[in-house]
Amino acid sequence: MLNDLILAPSQVCGAFRLVPLLRPTFRTDLRLGLSKESGYAVRLPGAVYTSYIPHALVLEWADSSAPVASLGAQLNKVRTQSAVPAGVFHRMAKRQDGRRLRFLPLHLAMEGLLALHFGGPTVQWGYFSREAISRGMSPRVERSVAGWALEGFDEALRVFEIHEGQVGVLVFVADALATAFVTPHPDDYRALHDSLLQDFFGELIWQYAVMYPSLPPCDFPARPESIRTLTDLRAAVELMRQEWAAFGRTASIGLLDVPVTAETVYEAGPFRLERFIGSLNPSDENHIGERIVAPDGSLQYLKTYRLSAAQTRRAYLLKQLADHDWNLESIAKKYNLTTNDVLLQYERNGYGWLFHQHVTDAARAYCRKKS
Amino acid sequence: MFAERTQREDIVHFLNACYACTGQREFYENANSQRVSIDFLHQYVLVNYRSVYARSLAVGINHFNQSQIILRLLASGKEAIPKEGALIARALATMPPQRAWKTLRDVRRLGINNRRTRAIVRDYMRGRDAVFDCVKYRNKVKAVACHNHLSLPGEAGRFLFEKRVAVFQTPLFEQVRRAWHSAEAVYELPFTVAEGLAAKHRIPREQFLVKIRPRMTQTEKLRVQKSGEVEIDLGRSPLTKLVLYALSLPELTEEVMAAISRATVRLLRSSPLSLGKVSAVLDNSYSASGTQEKKRRPLGVAWAVDRVLAAASREYRAFWTHPFPGVKPAARGATDLSTPILDALDTAPELLVIVSDAVVNDPPGGGSAVLKYWQSHLDPKGRVSIVHLNPVFSASDYAPRALAEGVPTVGLRDAESLPTALAFARFATGTVTRADLESFLDRRAEEFLATGTEADHVE
Repeated sequence: MLNDLILAPSQVCGAFRLVPLLRPTFRTDLRLGLSKESGYAVRLPGAVYTSYIPHALVLEWADSSAPVASLGAQLNKVRTQSAVPAGVFHRMAKRQDGRRLRFLPLHLAMEGLLALHFGGPTVQWGYFSREAISRGMSPRVERSVAGWALEGFDEALRVFEIHEGQVGVLVFVADALATAFVTPHPDDYRALHDSLLQDFFGELIWQYAVMYPSLPPCDFPARPESIRTLTDLRAAVELMRQEWAAFGRTASIGLLDVPVTAETVYEAGPFRLERFIGSLNPSDENHIGERIVAPDGSLQYLKTYRLSAAQTRRAYLLKQLADHDWNLESIAKKYNLTTNDVLLQYERNGYGWLFHQHVTDAARAYCRKKS
Repeated sequence: MFAERTQREDIVHFLNACYACTGQREFYENANSQRVSIDFLHQYVLVNYRSVYARSLAVGINHFNQSQIILRLLASGKEAIPKEGALIARALATMPPQRAWKTLRDVRRLGINNRRTRAIVRDYMRGRDAVFDCVKYRNKVKAVACHNHLSLPGEAGRFLFEKRVAVFQTPLFEQVRRAWHSAEAVYELPFTVAEGLAAKHRIPREQFLVKIRPRMTQTEKLRVQKSGEVEIDLGRSPLTKLVLYALSLPELTEEVMAAISRATVRLLRSSPLSLGKVSAVLDNSYSASGTQEKKRRPLGVAWAVDRVLAAASREYRAFWTHPFPGVKPAARGATDLSTPILDALDTAPELLVIVSDAVVNDPPGGGSAVLKYWQSHLDPKGRVSIVHLNPVFSASDYAPRALAEGVPTVGLRDAESLPTALAFARFATGTVTRADLESFLDRRAEEFLATGTEADHVE
């Protein structure tokens, strides 16, 4: 996903490892800034999505290659901004006057996850409860933790030294990839660096930040025998740099090298705003996120959220249901289990309400008898 | 043998910390951890190496640490070593008066009261212009006089302690008394005293600053100049302060540049330094921007060192971590020390000076790896002597953070201490003996006590 970006050596502070992403040349016809709006809810067709949304991003583009000045990049002081008027947003992504789009970072992706098979069962199998059939998956709720609540994250962002030409960052917590953030222009990144504090993270990341107060040192020594001149030493430093880039790529393999399901949210001139969702395989790292892809296929904007294990499992179970036409027997057959086992698995993951009470009771009784 | 080595390292460690640490917040650490760390060091050295502790007042450490040492020595008078009192008195006399009075006031805060302290306070007061100090440092002098039962000369007692009095005979006291009532009389007073009274009389700030200007000291002018209200006389500021001022300007003028070079010449005249072929690696990464309390201090120190080295060496080249257009450096970007160090070594210097906070992140450990391999593989005989000057104290290391083993790291708070720092660097490598160190301290203490009144360290 990050093919044209260069990974620079990481900077470590406490449990956090921040890997800068650099781009030698960048576009000037697409800019990203911070909107002054904030809100607590979004009106969606037929539903209201409620969350505290401290910031929105504004995307600005040009159809020709004429440079665009960013709207929000002048706002350097995000942290000091005091109470912003809270309101209700009209839609997740909304076009504003001119070639400008306001969208809610990560909420866009999160909405995609929450709306996964929102409609509930498509086939009225006998074991689904009345509630499941009449109301579907509503309301689906997921919890996450704000960036400023992560132990030491603000300090890590404060002491981070931004590179010249840096357009993004990979954030690792205890060497697990927490989020990836890419902007179209280095100035945009500089302005939005602090806004990472306002994003949200899975509770796994929050736990990691508390559990691992510091990272083990991770250095790559040069080969002592081969150094005879200053030129050798220079080459060794270059090698060290490459090894760091390789390390960054290896550590973020769970995001970069897995197939994702993407959905286009908005077409901003030649640019596509998409949201994507990972494989949802419970044994893998799973990231959801959104990105903006330029016509040449390069990534201009990226923000991801790492699902916690429980979140992944829940999404995976739903996906299983949908893939099997909401038929438990078919799922059981595939995994060589009994229907009762499958049913109890759903119940354990918080989907007990999908089924009639007597069906779950019978499954439990069967299970007790067997053991 | 190990005991000897431990002792030597303890002492070097302590002196090094005393050059850099001011107990204030640093870029990577907060003020509290700094305090805890430096407090521990002081207590440790006081108990274990008292003679070194007292003599360290003489080696050009910063005022914050001088003040700490004086307080601790005064609090534990029983174990005093010979000449300790003289060292304390001399140190107090060389400190800026507000610092000295603050130290003496802290004597009261800490509840120290013994005969030696009283004698030292009495002697300090005798060496000063009592009337002026009573006016300018009124609260501090009052607290000190009260605590130590000072006998105050002339009308000072009445001025400090009595509320309503008739006319004073002493001219300065009389001026203050008149200024309590008249707005015009305010302008005859020292700036800081007048400032409070001007507020009382509600004199507009601009009008006040214009009229009080002749009464302001150089430092006061520099301080006020930051808000752009007063023009300063650039000719008399010490180099580091001037450089920090220049960094705070949106644009650098010819005049300021000229003042910087004049200040460099003055500095070298008072503490001569002559070097051969020198290269410098100077860190202007983002962390050099310092903190709110020490704004741009590391960057300022690097720039000032650059200026001094340029003037003091036969051949000089500077390598900034982020080369900048124009003359003024800016703190921006990540720290890559390996490339500038390699570039500097390419020029085959006799002396390589590195000014950096020793946090390297592009790639991490790059700078120290380069230095290590250079010393062990490419230059085992040590033709190039390398000195690392660190303007930042690291609380967790109890010292300025080191860059690489075998490269001496010396704390440096301002360019004025550069000659001292370069002299001290040979101790920091660990090749000298404790006896050498002792004789160095002895010599400096002798000089310190002998110089008496001349050449005070400017702050």
